[in-house]
Amino acid sequence: MSIAPIVHSTTVKAPPARAFELFTKHMGKWWGVGQTLGQSPHRDMVVEPHRGGKWFEIDANGKELRWGTVAAWEPGSKLLLHWQINSKFAFDPDFSTDVEITFVAAKDGGTVIRLEHRNLERFGAGSQKLVGMLDTGWIGHLGAVKNYIDAQN
Amino acid sequence: MTYSSAAIKAFSALGDATRRDIFQRLASGPSAVGDLAKGLPITRPAVSQHLRVLKEAQLVTESSEGTRHIYRIDPRGIAAMREWLDAHWAKSLDAFKNFADAEFETENTIQKEKDK
Repeated sequence: MSIAPIVHSTTVKAPPARAFELFTKHMGKWWGVGQTLGQSPHRDMVVEPHRGGKWFEIDANGKELRWGTVAAWEPGSKLLLHWQINSKFAFDPDFSTDVEITFVAAKDGGTVIRLEHRNLERFGAGSQKLVGMLDTGWIGHLGAVKNYIDAQN
Repeated sequence: MTYSSAAIKAFSALGDATRRDIFQRLASGPSAVGDLAKGLPITRPAVSQHLRVLKEAQLVTESSEGTRHIYRIDPRGIAAMREWLDAHWAKSLDAFKNFADAEFETENTIQKEKDK
């Protein structure tokens, strides 16, 4: 089962190198207030500037909340983030979807930024869990399935 | 805790042994009505009837490939998550554009002042 990736793009006036820097170094400044996991408003969104780096928010109380991992760090051209927030809005180190952001020079000196969030079917690991519950016998698992279905609604 | 009408529908739909069987078969891959009927001791119209109930309960989805109706598991939860992420990224990129363009304009203005 595969789910269509989410793709969005925009064009900014800054050249690729600067656009990349504004996107990564100042993420906390443009990230939507309330679009975070912890106490709002967030203090910062941090993307550690290297492959394998952490991607996390610092909430209003100064608490660090992990979002994912930097999978590719190519200043001025590409950023690949592993989004590790599952469908219950919790960080899960065993869960990962790809958010790829590319920066391409536009004709007027600006930058075309394209964002693709893919492997979305992985959010549905829960459906396989439901099937697994059925496999092990329906009766006796009704409670677990109820919890599962509630979590989806 | 209250159960939503969707959850109640899913329960009653899966309360039937044949429907559970059909649902489990679809879990291993999409299938057409005819192919599902071949592996079951019931008629094709009966399979269609069960699929209709599963579809109403949002447990399976239907799509047409030519004259064939293909059924597959409805990725419950994924659709809602995808919708949320889609809106999230659209808003985020807009916000980034506003922020980045304002920053760049400011930097340019400061540079021009210096060059004067």
